[in-house]
Amino acid sequence: MQQYDLPDASGHFGAYGGIFVAETLMAALEELKAEYARAKADPAFWAEYRHELAHYVGRPSPVYHARRWSEALGGAQIYLKREDLNHTGAHKVNNTIGQALLARRMGKKRVIAETGAGQHGVASATVAARYGMECVVYMGSEDIKRQSPNVYRMKLLGATVVPVESGSRTLKDALNEAMRDWVTNVDSTFYILGTAAGPHPYPMMVRDFQRVIGEECKVQMPELIGRQPDVVVACVGGGSNAIGLFHPYIDVPDVRIVGVEAGGEGLQGVRHAAPLSAGTPGVLHGFRGYLMQDADGQIMETHSVSAGLDYPGVGPEHCYLKDIGRAEYTAVDDDEALRAFHDCCRLEGIIPALESSHALAWAAKAAPAMGRDQVILVNLSGRGDKDINTIAGLSGISL
Amino acid sequence: MSRIAECFNRLAGHKALIPFITAGDPNPKLTVELMHGLVDGGADIIELGVPFSDPMADGPVIQRASERALKHHVSLAQVLDMVATFRLENTYTPVVLMGYLNPVCAMGFQRFAERAAACGVDGVLTVDCPPEEADELTGALVAAGLDPIFLVAPTTPPDRVARIGQLARGYVYYVSLKGVTGAGHLDIAEVTGKIAALRESITVPIGVGFGIRDAETARALSGTADAIVVGSRLVQEIEAAEPQAAKQRLARLVAELKSAIR
Repeated sequence: MQQYDLPDASGHFGAYGGIFVAETLMAALEELKAEYARAKADPAFWAEYRHELAHYVGRPSPVYHARRWSEALGGAQIYLKREDLNHTGAHKVNNTIGQALLARRMGKKRVIAETGAGQHGVASATVAARYGMECVVYMGSEDIKRQSPNVYRMKLLGATVVPVESGSRTLKDALNEAMRDWVTNVDSTFYILGTAAGPHPYPMMVRDFQRVIGEECKVQMPELIGRQPDVVVACVGGGSNAIGLFHPYIDVPDVRIVGVEAGGEGLQGVRHAAPLSAGTPGVLHGFRGYLMQDADGQIMETHSVSAGLDYPGVGPEHCYLKDIGRAEYTAVDDDEALRAFHDCCRLEGIIPALESSHALAWAAKAAPAMGRDQVILVNLSGRGDKDINTIAGLSGISL
Repeated sequence: MSRIAECFNRLAGHKALIPFITAGDPNPKLTVELMHGLVDGGADIIELGVPFSDPMADGPVIQRASERALKHHVSLAQVLDMVATFRLENTYTPVVLMGYLNPVCAMGFQRFAERAAACGVDGVLTVDCPPEEADELTGALVAAGLDPIFLVAPTTPPDRVARIGQLARGYVYYVSLKGVTGAGHLDIAEVTGKIAALRESITVPIGVGFGIRDAETARALSGTADAIVVGSRLVQEIEAAEPQAAKQRLARLVAELKSAIR
């Protein structure tokens, strides 16, 4: 395989990515691109980033052998990359620390963020408190209902949570509203985008800050099993935890890469959130990528039991990896994800996020058909405490 | 010569008024009537919004207009049909489609440009398609005889202004403030100064819009700008009116704005 070195200078991963925003934001993105290039070349920037990850986040996160679950499935050994053990309970903080350090370099005192499940909102509010910045988080009013513990958490951390009432009142609408805020307050404000999507340089920048996941795994797996895993798997909404795990493995040809989208109520209908599995390319939120859209190019409302995957687009690098065949993308539905959620709780004593449960569900389906000496590494991207109201509700229990 | 260039020629230094409404708002049956109402009031060019599910650059007023239109499933193809119907009675008022890139992508650039030209569209402004990404679309538009309209913002640095000036046809749309459509207060002195500076590298007429809410602001800006774009204020009028009264109310408001910039 040729050396993989994307995006190109204008932010393209093959046909995907780019910069599709209104003119007012072009200068801000140019400024961000230039400052990130300087930071990227500055050892002091990375030294501080690594110091924060070690002492504030608690990295490296361990890799754990899910022995009982693997035995119960009777096939491949399942290993979990424990991003759920990070401070704030998910992989999101790897990125918010990087972007907040960048915001500080740029002298921006106010940060804004969009959030779906609330994990990125919490991670943004956290770093804003840590670095003494004002923080405003946009969140769809539907998601506010689904994820009330995280809403309160953000408020405790001093952030302002703004409910978004437009469109489908979920993550995509929160992103629209964050962009509107940014365009209005572009001089004072840094937009901490939460996933590996949006206009260039965000997909590249978010990936670079999440790469630590895969880089650690590349060291940890040989220590644990004497080699790299046969498969790495992660859930894909916008795709930041997945690209963080996948990217360091792209040039390791023997490692199979699998991204798992939210199949919702099934791919045959429209109640899902799986643009790579069942969508078509288009332009939304500043980049070109696969989208859930109708024949007229209107963005469709998506559905997933997990708010963090309930997004009609997917980061441009995943689109490219799909097209060149280096990664494969598939979907698991709500029921399969919920089953994996419960199995992980009872067999391993770990309550996984509903998002991560999609990746777990794929592993649980694939493992029995694989040999006992084979290894699946799952990115357990977040913990499920935030989801207990949803799970209880589905079981007819009110907490 | 394009219909837009002809229009500015005809005005011979007088200022153009460019009202904006969203196609299909409040319902698709009314749009062509409302367009005629705009012309009755004194519109020189019409900007017709193509509804989109995720209007990232728009404030709440035009977001709501998009949502009302999409309740009726108004598609880009239908918007083109509306322009064709408008052209049955009006062959002189230029029509510029303003919207987002994705519906155009879905139709295909080539097919869109050809159909738009055949229906009597004169210019196309895709808000989320900056010059860096516009080559393919611009090529298709120009080949079909349509004017690609570009935005210039208060944040646009001089070298970009020059580049946009080279690509621009019809007119350049100067965004008067940092914000979304229909936003707060614009600083007239600042906008006037900016427009004067733009003239150094932009040869086509310069329209100004975003946040022009009344005749007084329109008059103040018409001192330096070649055209005044008013959108959210008109859409509010549609929102507040009974459907049968909307045409008259639009015409009255447009006439008021037009007389202010004469």
